[in-house]
Amino acid sequence: MYFALSDEARDLRDGVREVLSTACTPAIVRSAWDIDSSSVDTLWTTLGALGLVGLLVPTAAGGLGLGDEVAVAVLEEAGWAGVPGPLVETVVAAPLLAAVGALPLGLLEGTARIAVQRAPVVAYGQQGHGIVQLIDGGARWLTHAAARPEPVETVDGSRQAARISEQGTLLPAAPEDVTLATLRLSLGTAAFLLGLARRQIDLTVAYVSERTQFGVPVGSFQAVKHPLADAVVGTEFAWPAVLRAAHSLETGDPDSDLHVSMAKALASDAAYRVSRTCLQAHGAMAYTVEYDLQLFIKRTWAMVADWGSAAEHRDRIAAHLRLKERTAL
Amino acid sequence: MDLQETEQERTFRAEARSWLRENVPRDLPSGDSAAGFALHLEWERQLFDARWAVVSWPAMYGGRDASVWEWLAFEEEYYQAGGPQRVTQNGIFLLAPTVFGFGSKQQQDTLLPRMASAQDLWCQGWSEPGAGSDLAALTSRATRDEARSGWVLSGHKTWTTRGAFCTHLFGLFRSDPESSRHHGLTYFLVPLDTPGVTVRGFARLDGDEGFADVFLDDVFVPDDAVLGGVGQGWSVAMATTGSERGLTLRSPGRYTATVERLLDLARSRPVRGALKDRLVQAWMDAEAYRLFTLRQVTDEQAGRGRTGESSLNKLFWSELDIGLHEAALDLLGTDAEVVGPWSKGFQFSLAGPIYAGTNEVQRNIVAERLLGLPRR
Repeated sequence: MYFALSDEARDLRDGVREVLSTACTPAIVRSAWDIDSSSVDTLWTTLGALGLVGLLVPTAAGGLGLGDEVAVAVLEEAGWAGVPGPLVETVVAAPLLAAVGALPLGLLEGTARIAVQRAPVVAYGQQGHGIVQLIDGGARWLTHAAARPEPVETVDGSRQAARISEQGTLLPAAPEDVTLATLRLSLGTAAFLLGLARRQIDLTVAYVSERTQFGVPVGSFQAVKHPLADAVVGTEFAWPAVLRAAHSLETGDPDSDLHVSMAKALASDAAYRVSRTCLQAHGAMAYTVEYDLQLFIKRTWAMVADWGSAAEHRDRIAAHLRLKERTAL
Repeated sequence: MDLQETEQERTFRAEARSWLRENVPRDLPSGDSAAGFALHLEWERQLFDARWAVVSWPAMYGGRDASVWEWLAFEEEYYQAGGPQRVTQNGIFLLAPTVFGFGSKQQQDTLLPRMASAQDLWCQGWSEPGAGSDLAALTSRATRDEARSGWVLSGHKTWTTRGAFCTHLFGLFRSDPESSRHHGLTYFLVPLDTPGVTVRGFARLDGDEGFADVFLDDVFVPDDAVLGGVGQGWSVAMATTGSERGLTLRSPGRYTATVERLLDLARSRPVRGALKDRLVQAWMDAEAYRLFTLRQVTDEQAGRGRTGESSLNKLFWSELDIGLHEAALDLLGTDAEVVGPWSKGFQFSLAGPIYAGTNEVQRNIVAERLLGLPRR
């Protein structure tokens, strides 16, 4: 029995942390609200050069050939840094496209980002170099040029969403690959959310330890400590669920979908609670666009709903547990 | 990652399962009443005779030298089989780790086999009327008696779980009258039949006589009643709080088994939408606790343990236990007021955020030790 990140995943995660500490500063995250940010382009080519964009792509197709355990470790770290752009989507779409020989030029290098569509409004639909459209048991491919995206304003300006009504061409993808991609989107988002949550806690711990009122740091008050402790309980107990779901996907566990739903439900709830608690612990300070916390809070708000909200995943779990709903009085 | 059990672990689990399924008693009354306690002792002695009472202990003291993974498997099987509460828990789970860590060889040889076989029944003597969450405010004292080579204990301990049915008490006493707070305390082991000890049981919220006051009035104990050195009581006691808050006292098997029973109850009837969500939450939380403990044990074995982590366990299992009992009562509707396993379990669960260090204290520990927030 060994239920924690492997040394390999740990090492890679530490390396990513090191790189992102300079390649993805809050200033760069902030610049992503501008669609022409060249620093975001540079960040993505850095990720590409490290092989991270293609980490799930088989080595034969030019990727790192790694699995879901490493993916959640890297995406959690990317969440801490708040990496802008469709990182979860691109990392997950890459092996799906590679399997049908449709890997777009520049994807592995970080110059082509992929959005994934499930609803009319597509996150990153304005900037995606192409869009994978998930349909029942299959997938379509729509190039950016053919997509005719209508820009949609979003709460987190870095999301650069668009309404897309065009239909792409059917990909000859195996249904099990499409299912795997769907599960990976939920799980990768869960991992990213826990990274975002960890960043918000770090910012808040630093702030309430410095900020003085009534002659003492506000972080010494139990009224501040206790909600933060409760918020951390949520993230601490969500992470093992993310790890287990990654292991289930890697080993082809028949209950993978159940485990992914549990991971996403717990991570969405935990990250949302962290965002509320951290905003409150800052007082008015974080209720501004100037202070960095809003960058991570707004990304959290968007991603708690991405690839299944907590409520949606709870419904799936209820079906697994064979709970019948009473419909009449 | 590797979530497979080894061949040895599988064999251990299978053996535990078949013995427990065969032997677990049905419908035992609560062990927190005099009559019930006696019946539970029979069960504890049966467990001991079959060497299932203390599986993680060395064989020489009645155990099986089980690894922590095997212990987790045993706990899972125990609660799956419907095994009752362990009335010996304050000895085998709370005192024993301290005896293993701090006791002399002679203390270990004397105390442990009698504890494992439920001949000596231990209760905890920490809280006092004026020292609850603020344990270091305790005033019970130990006065040196050179002539008799021992100590004279005086004071009043309270909230002592099953104190009225136990034979021995482990507790903290102030042995240095000049000391204050957590200095100058000593950890003592006291037979409750010693002259000068008076035990008065009283009823808990659920009506069972699960609590006791223990009055000590010039109680003489010899030198070998000291566990872990004179004046070292605080650090010796803190070694036990980790076990009490964390994994040892509340293994995940207890909750995964209760959730299975909750879901069986839910499947027997249609469930309102809002309640369905809470059932799902209860299932997820029991699973999350199980997974958290697997991660925790893995990290501890790899030398990556964190101080204060057992407070996370305690905050989580205590709230989880209440949540799943509340869901059961809601499912039962008006039947929820009828005294039965769910109503008893609900009332017991409400004690979870209070005993073993209130959850308010645990939140301070998480905030200060895990997050590094400034102390008061």
